[in-house]
Amino acid sequence: MNITLDDVIEMLEDIQEDVDYEECVTLIDDGVLDSFDILAIVSAADDEFDVTIPAKEITPENFNSAEALCALLNRLSDED
Amino acid sequence: MYNILQMLEATAERVPEKCAMADPSTCLTFSELRDAAQSAGTWLIREGVRPRTAVAFYLEKSCRAWASMLGAVYAGGFYSVIDVRQPVGRVRDMYAALEPSVILTDAENATRAHELFDACDCTVAMVEDVIDGEVDTALLDAVRRQATDIDPLYVNFTSGSTGTPKGFVAPHRSVLDWAQVFTSTFGIDETDVMGNQAPFDFDATNKDVYSSLLTGATVQVIPRSYFSNPTQLMDYLCERKVTTLCWAVSAMCFVSIMGGFDYRVPTTVRRVLFSGEVMPPKQLRVWQRHLPEALYVNLYGPSEVTCNCTYHVVKRAYADDEVIPAGKAFANERVFLLDEHDCEVSGAGATGEVCVSGSCLVMGYLGAHDRTAKAFMQNPTNTRWLEPMYRTGDLARYDENGDLVYVSRKDHQIKHLGQRIELGDIEAAAHAVDGVERACCLYDAARKRLVLCYVGSVERKELKELLRERLPQYMVPNNTRKLDEMPLSKNGKIDRAALAELARIRR
Repeated sequence: MNITLDDVIEMLEDIQEDVDYEECVTLIDDGVLDSFDILAIVSAADDEFDVTIPAKEITPENFNSAEALCALLNRLSDED
Repeated sequence: MYNILQMLEATAERVPEKCAMADPSTCLTFSELRDAAQSAGTWLIREGVRPRTAVAFYLEKSCRAWASMLGAVYAGGFYSVIDVRQPVGRVRDMYAALEPSVILTDAENATRAHELFDACDCTVAMVEDVIDGEVDTALLDAVRRQATDIDPLYVNFTSGSTGTPKGFVAPHRSVLDWAQVFTSTFGIDETDVMGNQAPFDFDATNKDVYSSLLTGATVQVIPRSYFSNPTQLMDYLCERKVTTLCWAVSAMCFVSIMGGFDYRVPTTVRRVLFSGEVMPPKQLRVWQRHLPEALYVNLYGPSEVTCNCTYHVVKRAYADDEVIPAGKAFANERVFLLDEHDCEVSGAGATGEVCVSGSCLVMGYLGAHDRTAKAFMQNPTNTRWLEPMYRTGDLARYDENGDLVYVSRKDHQIKHLGQRIELGDIEAAAHAVDGVERACCLYDAARKRLVLCYVGSVERKELKELLRERLPQYMVPNNTRKLDEMPLSKNGKIDRAALAELARIRR
C-alpha cells in the first residue's frame, strides 16, 4: 500500500489542527507535537494504515515532519 | 519534626555520601544537597527574602533547581515553580499572585526570564550563581527559630474557572505528615531509586523528592523530552536502576502504547504507583504482563489534600469494562462522602461528593479568599469543634468491599494529560477574544481532545492563535468549531448534550 503525504497530513490535522505540516520540519524539536500527540499518531497509524510503529522508530527524526513520518509509514508498511 | 529541612539534615547526617538526586548530567549527594541549599538560603536572605514570602523559579527541573528550591525554604520562604512553557499572560498572573522578591532561573531560560521580569520589582538570578557561595549558619538558625509547621512550603498553580490560575498554599505540616505515611505504607527506603516523571511545578513531585529526603532514597530526574522518545526513556530507567515509579497515568500509557517494553524491560522496577486520571485496564495489563512481580497501586486525590488521600493495591488483572477502585484512605486522613444535603453517605452503591479532613489539607488558595471559602469549610457533620474540610468536587461511591470508586466530576472540570482543567477557564479565555459571542468547551474523553465550539465573527485560525497566547499548551483546544448558532436548552443555557451530539463527541 502506498501512503501519500496528503493521507499523513490529513491524519495529523485530525490530531492537531492549524499546523503547517507541509513546511514544518521541527514538529518535535519545537514542541509543536507533544508526547500525547505522538501517542495519538501511533494509535492512528495503526487504525488508519494498519502500520505498527515499534518503540525504536519513535524518534524525533521520524516525527519532526509530515514527510519523514510518511517515509517511515511507507517503510514499515513495506516491511510487513 | 516541624520543618521539612529536618528530614534533609537528618538524612545528610546519616548517609552524607549517598546520591540524593541525579539528572542526566549531574549528581548531588545528600551532604552536597544540604550544603548547596544552605548556600542558596544564605544568598536569598541577604538578597532580602523574608520568612513566609515567595521565591519563584523559572527553569527546567534539575538537581540544582531542587537544591535552590530547598534554599528558598532555608530562607524561611516558600517555593513556586513557573512552567517555562506557560504563555506570558499566565506567567504574569502567577507573578502577581506570588509577589516574589527573587526569581531564580537556569542558563537555558535566563534570557527569557530577564525579558519577562526585568521590569518587575524583583531580582533575577541563576541557580548556578547562588548554590556555591558561603553559608551563614547564624543567619539560617535565626530564621529556623521563628519557623512553624503551618508556614507555607510551596505554592502550585492549577486551572481556575474564572480564567486566572489558582495557587494553593501547602504548609510544612501537610508534607511532613504525608511523607511519613506514604513511605511507610509502601515500604520505600534507602535502597530505592525514584524515577521522577512529574514536573517540579506539580505536587506529584513530592512523592519522589520528599520520600528521598525522609528515607535516603535516590531521585533520578527524567527529562520531559524522554517522554517523546521511548527508547531513550527505557534505557534511562534500566541504566539508572530505577525501582519506584510514581507516575501520571498518561506517562504509563505512553510506555505501554509505544511498545516500550518490546524494546527493553526495566526489571529493577518493583513499585508502580499511578494517579492523575482513571487508569485504562488495558494499558495496566501490559505493565502487569511485563513486570509481573511489581506492586501496582492506584492513587487518588486532589492536590488540595497534598498529593493523594486514598490508595488501592491492584491485586489482579482488570477487564476493560471494570474500574480500578480509588480504595481506602491513607493513615491519618479522613475521607468520606457527603450527599447534597451534607449528610454522610455510607453503604455500597450510593453516590456522594468526596470530602477530606486532616493535616493533609493545604491552607487554601493564595490571595483568593472567596475561592478558598467555597472549597474549604467546617465539616458540616461536626457541630462540636473546628474541623476544616475540603470539598473535592469529585463524585464517588463505595463498592461491596468498602472501597471508594470514582464516578465523575460535579462540575465541568476534566483531566487532560494528567492536568486538571476547568472547561470554564478555556471558555473564559475564548470569551475574552473580540468577535466571540458565545463559546462552549467540551471534552472528548474517548479521543482525549478538547473541542471548543463558538459563535461569533472571529475566524477560527485567529481565535486559535489568540488562545495560544493566553492558555498553557495543554489547555489549547485540539479542535475549534465555528457554529451559526449554539444549541440552547429551554431556560436559555447552552445545551451541552446537544452540542456534544452536534460535534460528535464521545464522552
